[in-house]
Amino acid sequence: MTAPSRPAGEPLLSVRGLTIDLPGDPGQRGLVEDVTFDVHRGRSLALIGESGCGKSLTSMAALRLLPPGLPVRSGSVLFDGVDLLRCRPRELRAVRGGPVGIVFQEPMSSLNPTMTVGDQIAEARRLHLGESRRAAHRRAIELLERVGIPNAGQRVRSYPHELSGGMQQRVMIAGAIACDPKLVIADEPTTALDVTIQAEILQLLRDLQRDMDLAVLLVTHDLGVVADFCDDVVVMYAGHVVERTSIDGLFYDPQHPYSSALLAAVPQSGSPRTRLNVIPGRVPPAGRFPDGCRFRPRCGHDLPELCARPQVDAELEHGHRTRCGRVSGGELTLEGVARV
Amino acid sequence: MDPAPPATRVDPAAGAAPRSPKQRNRVLRAVVGRPASAASLGVVTVLVVLAIIGPLVAPYDPDAQDLSNRFADPSWAHLFGTDDFGRDVLSRIITASRITIVAPLISVGIAVAIGLPLGLLAAIRGGWVDAVAGRLADTVLALPALVGALAIVAVLGPGLVNTMIAVGIIFAPTMFRIVRGAALAVTEETFVQSATAIGSSQRRILAVHVLPNIAAPVLVQVTILMGVALLVEASLSFLGLGVQPPDASWGSMLKAAYASQFDAPYAVIPPGVAMVLTVLSFNTIGDAIRDAVGIRRRM
Repeated sequence: MTAPSRPAGEPLLSVRGLTIDLPGDPGQRGLVEDVTFDVHRGRSLALIGESGCGKSLTSMAALRLLPPGLPVRSGSVLFDGVDLLRCRPRELRAVRGGPVGIVFQEPMSSLNPTMTVGDQIAEARRLHLGESRRAAHRRAIELLERVGIPNAGQRVRSYPHELSGGMQQRVMIAGAIACDPKLVIADEPTTALDVTIQAEILQLLRDLQRDMDLAVLLVTHDLGVVADFCDDVVVMYAGHVVERTSIDGLFYDPQHPYSSALLAAVPQSGSPRTRLNVIPGRVPPAGRFPDGCRFRPRCGHDLPELCARPQVDAELEHGHRTRCGRVSGGELTLEGVARV
Repeated sequence: MDPAPPATRVDPAAGAAPRSPKQRNRVLRAVVGRPASAASLGVVTVLVVLAIIGPLVAPYDPDAQDLSNRFADPSWAHLFGTDDFGRDVLSRIITASRITIVAPLISVGIAVAIGLPLGLLAAIRGGWVDAVAGRLADTVLALPALVGALAIVAVLGPGLVNTMIAVGIIFAPTMFRIVRGAALAVTEETFVQSATAIGSSQRRILAVHVLPNIAAPVLVQVTILMGVALLVEASLSFLGLGVQPPDASWGSMLKAAYASQFDAPYAVIPPGVAMVLTVLSFNTIGDAIRDAVGIRRRM
């Protein structure tokens, strides 16, 4: 993949200082704290990190889809100049499913078992464009063809349980792109699918992105997917953004110990009988995040004094940002996967 | 729920034609497909037909008295014999079937009319709406159906319609709880979230996404309540608080037969058997629907 330069112009989706509180205990720090990133038109951005790092929360919060008990304390989410966290419900509904499509992780449970897939795809067009049932139905068939479902004319009348997991995910994608969106948020779209289907779904997303000039916000924990698919990367750990960079910046020049450790944990093919690298320990449960650098307890480069202080997000070069004080202070150099 | 989607059932490459066109038909097929529930459906159908055309097929005027022919034994002229006023029992059973169907419909209709919207509201709003509605339901639910109905009838005065309205109010909390529980489970599902994510309004989500998915448990509850309401109506009529003479209901016929049990000991059989058969049928249909739904859930 070529090294993309930073795109100019206004970002399509701009998340600024997003902080989500843990309900209950007022002393607890945010589940997601001070998350900032941009998604630019026609580009794809990956939100990566282990489970429990706040990736999905962040992506759901962007469309105000958090469960009722989880308040967003501060921050803003600007989409095309509208602050989605503060706009009126009517404006929010106009954005959801219209210029922003969403693909969820579980295709099976994301489709209504009592509606035909055609009706579910058509629903967005009827809601947003006021199309007639018949026109929307015709369009649903075209969309099913577009996402590579054979025999779309008949499939449009199928119920979700009559389709395989991969086909269900294609249906979800057809629904997400039904109103020619500018942005698609995909929350681990391939996690629930088996590996061969994963590749097909990613290929489909990639084709759609190119053909429709979509911006994609992809939530994933699969670095292979990131390498295949994305232009920009945001690495999250325990509710913090620890690194923001381009795809090449991440793989060849990671600037945060967590990113570097993630890369080292990817199994290398071609070197049999070697130990798998792991990051010791696990992500602390919500509400028990350590002070200072949240990755400190698991980090191999931990210095008692420096790392116990709150870490600040610092720009290194060309928009490559890190939240590690040792790296931005110039005293720590990390390795990427330049050996590939 | 199982996190992984089920294994491929339809090969995407083959593009085979979809199997069943409508999922709801499967529930119907499951009910018709089993002998017991098919027979029950038959009984209920016959009952409904009789309720509509009853006066046309009844051999005698149900209210025509023949005092010279009291307590007649069953014969070809009077298949089920005659009662204490010499009225034809078969005709009265047939005519009473209308009340037998309409009375539970009033009760269950009221229970659904109150319980369904409140249950949906409580499920989707939560908070104080849920708490208030829930406590209200608990309060009503604390009264046994018959006792509560007696109390309401004492206020409204006797009469079938009043009685069944009272029973409907007593039933409403049961319906409320069923709807609330089912709707809560459905609103947790991702497809409700994804409906929100494509910009559906709350009202639309309730109507299009939640309601069809709770239809099955609600339907089961409706059939069960139909049976219970029928028994409550019979009990109240037996006590003289329901249908008023000369109109007949199976309950009031049972009472008359009970009063004259030494003159015509077999007279309790026709209304009693009719009642047992009908209640049994409602319950069997309810069970069949529940089982059919269970099959779908397990997939």
